[in-house]
Amino acid sequence: MLTLTLNGVAKELDVSPDMPLLWALRDHALLTGTKYGCGMAQCGACTVHVDGQPVRSCITPVGSVAGKAITTIEGVASKAAKAIQEAWVGLNVPQCGYCQSGQIMSAVALLESNPKPTDADIDQAMQGNICRCATYPRIRAAIHQAAQSLS
Amino acid sequence: MSTIVNLSRRQWLKSTAVTSAGLTLGVYFGEALAKDEPSTPATQSTSEATSTTFEPNAFVRISPDNTVTVIVKHLEMGQGSHTGLASLVADELDADWALVKTEHAPADATRYNNLAWGPVQGTGGSSAMANSFMQMREAGATAKALLIAAAAQQWSVPASDITVAKSVIYHKATNKQATFGDLANAAATQTPPKDIKLKTPDQFIYIGKNNLKRVDSSSKTNGTAVYTQDLHLPNMLVAVVAHAPLFGATVKSVDATSLKDIKGFVDTVNLGNAVAVLANDFWSAKQGRDALKIEWDDSQAFKLNSSDIQSQYQRLATEAGKVTTQKGSTDKALSQAAKVLTAAFEFPYLAHAAMEPMNCIVQLKDGHCEIWNGDQLQTFDQMFAAKLLNIDPAKVKINTVMAGGSFGRRGNPHSDYVLEAVKIAQLSKRDVPIKMVWTREDDMQAGHYRPYNYHTLRGALDKDGNLIAWHQRIVGQSILANTPMAGMMQGGFDPTSVEGAAGGYHIPNVTIELHSPELGVPVQWWRSVGHTHTGYSTEVFIDELAVAAGKDPVEFRAKLLEQEPRLLGVLKLAAEKANWNTPLTGKRGRGVAVVESFNTYVAQVAEVTVNDDGTYSVDKVVLAVDCGWAVNPDVVYAQMSGGVGFGLAAALSGKITLKEGKVEQSNFHDYTVLRINQMPKVEVHIVNSAEKPTGVGEPAVPPIAPAVANALSAVTGKRYYTLPLPKQV
Repeated sequence: MLTLTLNGVAKELDVSPDMPLLWALRDHALLTGTKYGCGMAQCGACTVHVDGQPVRSCITPVGSVAGKAITTIEGVASKAAKAIQEAWVGLNVPQCGYCQSGQIMSAVALLESNPKPTDADIDQAMQGNICRCATYPRIRAAIHQAAQSLS
Repeated sequence: MSTIVNLSRRQWLKSTAVTSAGLTLGVYFGEALAKDEPSTPATQSTSEATSTTFEPNAFVRISPDNTVTVIVKHLEMGQGSHTGLASLVADELDADWALVKTEHAPADATRYNNLAWGPVQGTGGSSAMANSFMQMREAGATAKALLIAAAAQQWSVPASDITVAKSVIYHKATNKQATFGDLANAAATQTPPKDIKLKTPDQFIYIGKNNLKRVDSSSKTNGTAVYTQDLHLPNMLVAVVAHAPLFGATVKSVDATSLKDIKGFVDTVNLGNAVAVLANDFWSAKQGRDALKIEWDDSQAFKLNSSDIQSQYQRLATEAGKVTTQKGSTDKALSQAAKVLTAAFEFPYLAHAAMEPMNCIVQLKDGHCEIWNGDQLQTFDQMFAAKLLNIDPAKVKINTVMAGGSFGRRGNPHSDYVLEAVKIAQLSKRDVPIKMVWTREDDMQAGHYRPYNYHTLRGALDKDGNLIAWHQRIVGQSILANTPMAGMMQGGFDPTSVEGAAGGYHIPNVTIELHSPELGVPVQWWRSVGHTHTGYSTEVFIDELAVAAGKDPVEFRAKLLEQEPRLLGVLKLAAEKANWNTPLTGKRGRGVAVVESFNTYVAQVAEVTVNDDGTYSVDKVVLAVDCGWAVNPDVVYAQMSGGVGFGLAAALSGKITLKEGKVEQSNFHDYTVLRINQMPKVEVHIVNSAEKPTGVGEPAVPPIAPAVANALSAVTGKRYYTLPLPKQV
């Protein structure tokens, strides 16, 4: 049994410590908003926050994050998160939507460390998140809009 | 009538023949409605219907809580079908958009068939909006007429004095009002009117406006949207599959002894050409899969290299193929030309690489098969599953859920991954739901690619620089052969291999020929199908001919499109908005391409910057689209921009290669796709049109690669005949 702090709540999961956090979240905690896309930290669909930092959960052994604060799309609720999610809906960013949890988790982490990101900052922070629908222009616009709304 | 209405095996054969007769079977709008028009109160229930809901037809359900649920027959895979089709209903119904929800229709080809395809339910060919436009409007208008009739009866006032706005029904003179929900029960007892009056365009409140939030924006922003991957059904097992390393290889022996030590491991299932590992969760199943020791029999497997395929195709291209288009005397014109240009183009296999790798849940219980899937071709999947299981198709129930992208992949004409999941359930002899989950590597290496294609072209100019002849020979595997749609190959060739060749250009002498070699690499349509390659070769070659004729590429095209007002319209609009007549200087350049696909017309002008080391960036794309009446302009913008990004990914780096039959790419590190830093600015201009609406899911894809290639050529003076484009030019 491992005890994880998921979205502020302690949760015991019957998983081996080497299971990737992604699958512990999806198959055991039933938090399915975090997505599987590649399994090798190439696409960013699995991005969650561990102690506030964006982490690719598909390559993070669940044993390594026991005791740390894990935030998923279901629990992300900071001011920056709210601004990002509002902008996302307002600009109709998602198409298929499968990558968007990861995009949002990366975007929230960006805004929390850099409240006024430039296009170059956005490219840098968001390059690890693939969107096959290529919603990138709206992702960029939504990050700018969220930054604006927070300032 | 049962919830699922299916075709018998006999009807299935008939229906595929109907499909084969051509994709357009004319207008039979209203028929699906007519069938379900209740003489008694609503009978046909979709999943959430209760006795208190009002379900006037197969597409609308109104609940006492005032929610309008639109039942959408087309898969939502990102293209906006749910928003689009719901907006048609909501507009005619005068519903409050905030109270409109959607759900996927059950698999039922009698009620939910694609009207452009005949008795087949499915999503593809950018047809969702085009075939649903009248059907969904009529569904909304019918529901509204019944609600008005109910109000008129309750209030004893003439129906003609009643008005409707935002899900509320008013009789102003007596100051009465009621919500849709208030009237749902009473409306269900009304007799549907014979004549449904649809709105005139000036009365539209949503159609053509830019005022709608996508119905799925919120759920796709807070993690609650549910895809196949996310379903956890009671007692469900997860299956991860060891696929043969080569196409056509089979299992010789399996050693699964070490798997029993894996926590959560349940069983293995030998599928003959693959081995599935069943476990309680994905990770356990994957560990089991990776621990299997399998000996494969590859005696019948496909073992060629990409270079072998290339040389075979090059050899074939020297021989005459099946003539698919013949106009004038091409050989004669070529022999008398002032100038003849030749070119040979090469296009790789491409994986779809949707963000959600293929997956499917199947439960076989009590002689029934239930499927949960982001299903793009319900009728095929239903029929193929029934055939495999030897049961009546009526016993195959499909629950369609959102798809995390598809780009064609989830509409497999062989039902490949769906049948694999069905087979696992069948051979496991278990009656619990089994979720088959492909890893990214499985998804990328399973084949069903956009086919590798090789084109040779000859173009002839007369002494005045007029294009007088076009000869194109295409070599590529058929997508339709050996599928239930093979009947579409009416002239003895696959129309999807040659669609779009020579574009819409009026050239006096044209010959198109085709070779369709059979190879062991499975192929399938990929967002915009044949146009993915014909659009490129045509638009790059026409550009080269323009330059050879000493003419401006836009003017050269425009002259050949004088009789094609819609192609000409988007070409001129894109050129004007891109400031085509003010050339870029130095290492920056523009290129143009214009392609019609699926009755939608798209022109793009790409701007590139070439760096000193030969690397380059695509900075901006100015796009003009004519899709008839733009029902949801915001969705049109999104699909145009997204199509550019998707096509650009393939243009810059998309390539599946084979080494002794083995697919060399496996994941996003070696099959690279577009990332945010590579995405150009995209400026979209929608032609103001009153023509009937056409689709927008695919048509932005074909022009981007040739527009970029032509822009690079404008800078370097070189031509680029092979995709993907070189990293340095």
